[in-house]
Amino acid sequence: MKGDRVMKFAVLVFPGSNCDIDCYKAVESTIGQPVDYVWQTSTDLSAYDAILVPGGFSYGDYLRCGAIAQFAPVMGALKQAAEDGKYILGICNGFQILTEARLLPGALLRNKALKFRCHSAKLRVVNNETPFTRDYAENELIDIPIAHGEGNYYCDEATLKELQANRQIVFRYEAGNNPNGSVDDIAGICNRAGNVVGMMPHPERAVHELLGSADGKRMFTSILNAWRERSGAAVIGG
Amino acid sequence: MAQQLSAAKEPNAEQIAEQKLYKQMGVTDDEYARICGFLGRKPNYVEIGVFSVMWSEHCSYKNSKPVLRRFPTTGPRVLMGPGEGAGVVDIGDNQAVVFKIESHNHPSAIEPYQGAATGVGGIIRDIFSMGARPVALLNSLRFGRLENDRVRYLFEHVVSGIAGYGNCIGIPTVAGEVMFDESYEGNPLVNAMCVGLIDHDKIQKGVAKGVGNPVFYVGPATGRDGIHGATFASEELTAESEAKRPAVQVGDPFMEKLVMEACLELIDSGIVLGIQDMGAAGLTCSSAEMASKAGNGIELYLDRVPQREEGMTPYEMMLSESQERMLYVIRPEHEAQARAIFDRWGVICAKVGKVTDDGRLKLFHHGELVGDMPVGALVDECPVYNPASQEPAYYRENAAIDTLRYPEAANLTETLRRILASPTVASKEWVYNQYDSMVRTETFVRPGSDAAVVGVPGTRKALAMTTDCNGRYVYLDPAVGGRIAVSEAARNIVCSGALPLAVTDNLNFGSPEKPDIFWQLEQATEGMAEACRALETPVIGGNVSLYNENAKGAIYPTPVVGMVGLVEDVDHITTQGFKAEGDIVLLLGDTKAELGGSELQYVLHGVTEGRPPELDLAVERALQQAVLEAIRGGLVASAHDLSEGGLAVALAESCISGGGIGASVALETELRPDVALFSESQSRILLSARPDKADALQELLAARGVPCRAIGTVGGSELRITVNGKEGVRSDVAQLEKAWKEAIPCYMK
Repeated sequence: MKGDRVMKFAVLVFPGSNCDIDCYKAVESTIGQPVDYVWQTSTDLSAYDAILVPGGFSYGDYLRCGAIAQFAPVMGALKQAAEDGKYILGICNGFQILTEARLLPGALLRNKALKFRCHSAKLRVVNNETPFTRDYAENELIDIPIAHGEGNYYCDEATLKELQANRQIVFRYEAGNNPNGSVDDIAGICNRAGNVVGMMPHPERAVHELLGSADGKRMFTSILNAWRERSGAAVIGG
Repeated sequence: MAQQLSAAKEPNAEQIAEQKLYKQMGVTDDEYARICGFLGRKPNYVEIGVFSVMWSEHCSYKNSKPVLRRFPTTGPRVLMGPGEGAGVVDIGDNQAVVFKIESHNHPSAIEPYQGAATGVGGIIRDIFSMGARPVALLNSLRFGRLENDRVRYLFEHVVSGIAGYGNCIGIPTVAGEVMFDESYEGNPLVNAMCVGLIDHDKIQKGVAKGVGNPVFYVGPATGRDGIHGATFASEELTAESEAKRPAVQVGDPFMEKLVMEACLELIDSGIVLGIQDMGAAGLTCSSAEMASKAGNGIELYLDRVPQREEGMTPYEMMLSESQERMLYVIRPEHEAQARAIFDRWGVICAKVGKVTDDGRLKLFHHGELVGDMPVGALVDECPVYNPASQEPAYYRENAAIDTLRYPEAANLTETLRRILASPTVASKEWVYNQYDSMVRTETFVRPGSDAAVVGVPGTRKALAMTTDCNGRYVYLDPAVGGRIAVSEAARNIVCSGALPLAVTDNLNFGSPEKPDIFWQLEQATEGMAEACRALETPVIGGNVSLYNENAKGAIYPTPVVGMVGLVEDVDHITTQGFKAEGDIVLLLGDTKAELGGSELQYVLHGVTEGRPPELDLAVERALQQAVLEAIRGGLVASAHDLSEGGLAVALAESCISGGGIGASVALETELRPDVALFSESQSRILLSARPDKADALQELLAARGVPCRAIGTVGGSELRITVNGKEGVRSDVAQLEKAWKEAIPCYMK
């Protein structure tokens, strides 16, 4: 990589996070960039180029998923990082935390069938022009697992129109196979600026054929390539 | 004041003796006399309470010890056998696998969500208290028929209790089994198994080492929940059991996650001398056992125990089974270091006692000695019973029944569809889709194959794991059924590409005080022990759950076998689904007219009768060794054990799991066609192989003396089976899949 600066990743850890290790391993195995666990009491994320908010049951999902995590000390630094244009990816409970913290619009409700669901899911890459999806083809169908009880994305009519108009819908469940009843089959969205993405499916669980799919790998290469391009470095193959 | 009031209500030692109050706690007159002998006086209320739980079947194995001694428990790979929280087996490179199964049947019958959830929580604590990182969960469940409202309620809430706990704590639930039979109505079985990984030098023991060292309590405050849970688990369920709902504990998986992370960090720091979880009989059992194993005593200062409610008495604190609690011993100089770890995780930690040299469990409350008992008497001196045993009449009656007495099944396609839609055989997707089976991203084979496969991080190795037991076979012939349970578990492990390592067993039986039930227990354990010896899979730990009875009688004897195997290289991982058009389908083993206890018999005629299938351990061993050799040699495309529903069901499952690919099979047989398709003869495996490998595979099997016949090819979208040239089964795989997948959701709508 011709002496390029490495991209530094942080994986936030709250009490009850349980996909933190998976996110850490995925960064290491897919793009080999340095990654640190950052405990929720930290108030400085300035050393990092990308921040992953992992899945799990932060604070036991007490009160409401993500509702307590939004008050953790690290959230101030996370909001600053979002404003600074750093890449932030919230997966599953991480997505719930990002909506509770208003870094993303809408909310995640209980699955329509009222049951936790864990299985492979087919996702449509709706917008492949975000820093998180540039290595996918537009409308590509990818296989990424889900594992959630509260993944039913909801927002009001006006917000949905905005999401659609601004191309903020990043992933949709394949038509007819929406596992949780989300509005407009939404599986993942980004903020207006495109540097914050939240999604219910777990790309970090689909990074190797042994896990049943390697389709999640390109999310990580996308982030690295977007960052390299922004900092004027050479991109890697998808 | 509240405390005085509450304590004032407790009977004194004289009243306990005169009114024989110990009987309510399950202590017999003889046992009471023995306790008085050990104490040299009459026990007070807290003392009799402590003795009653320590001497319950659940803690003392007083009725099952003689039969447990039959199991082989050692082997070249066994690092730790029964006795500690869980057994430990070497997997090479300084790593070991730790696993155990445990039942939560009685609590789940009364309060299914919390009963099942705390069963999961308890078994996880057994694993991490050994110092191991839990990496997978399994569960073995039995319910009555789904037509029954109460059964559906129990099934629904047991599954969501397991999901609620395992999902939140972040340990994948990767495998298990669910069977349905009216025998389990009112007394469901909920057995949870946990598997962990550890480095050899990190293995912990529950010992109170070092006289004068402090004893610490970790975890949430103690409440009045689960008092006498162990005693409750050691009696039959009756109409009054509902009133014992308060004996069921309440789980908090988030708290357990914090306790687990903090304890693993504490253990990793190297300062722990002894650690044990507070499971059955809570503070009582953990303190007494830790003292006993070290040959020491323990003093507890009960007013220092964190308490959830005001005015708790020593009796309540000692007998509470509040969840997510641990007890550990360190040197005094390490106290600050330990405290810092628990503070960071936000977990309560309190110094509640100290190790002594007098071999006694002494309980103090506000400076007053309220209980004083010899540790040895509590842990080792419970009388061991040799209950009467008698062969029941049903056993002989069944042996005389001709299982071919019913007319031949006319429409084989329809019969196959009906058996696929029988809840015991049907897809368990409705169950396992509620479990997070993938967290930790090491699950290489998810639920729905013969065994789950979980990777060993940082290596090419993986662990295969399964649970098995067909209670119908065990009922019809406990010795044969026991052999089958172990053999089938091992066969599942082998089919996934792994070498079977060891067994953890959960003996679910009726009341041992009934001679015919104790006979079942003796026979079944003897059969299991024979199979464990033959297949070189020692028993490294387990659990006994007796008194599984209700108004209608005892459950089918159900000794569940949990087994773990080692996949040497992830390239050996094999699954049951057919892989490619043109692959050759091979049937290994001999098919005989064996319908006793079969799914065919149950579904078509509503009976479980006759002799179960025979099982020859030498034949089984040869089969398993040859198949593993073939898999490791790269000759096998898919492997599937034949079990409930026999060959026809195995073929259908391999088609469905293969993504809906069909197969064309031609059988030549002297058996009746329905028997050939649905017999449940043992020691059979269905393989598929690429055409260019099939010859080498057949040669290898022939050389190893394993009967093998090429019976067809993979391809198309239909499953077609002819018997002696005549059409037997013909159906789109999609139709079969529909019947198989929709059966359970249809009941649960």
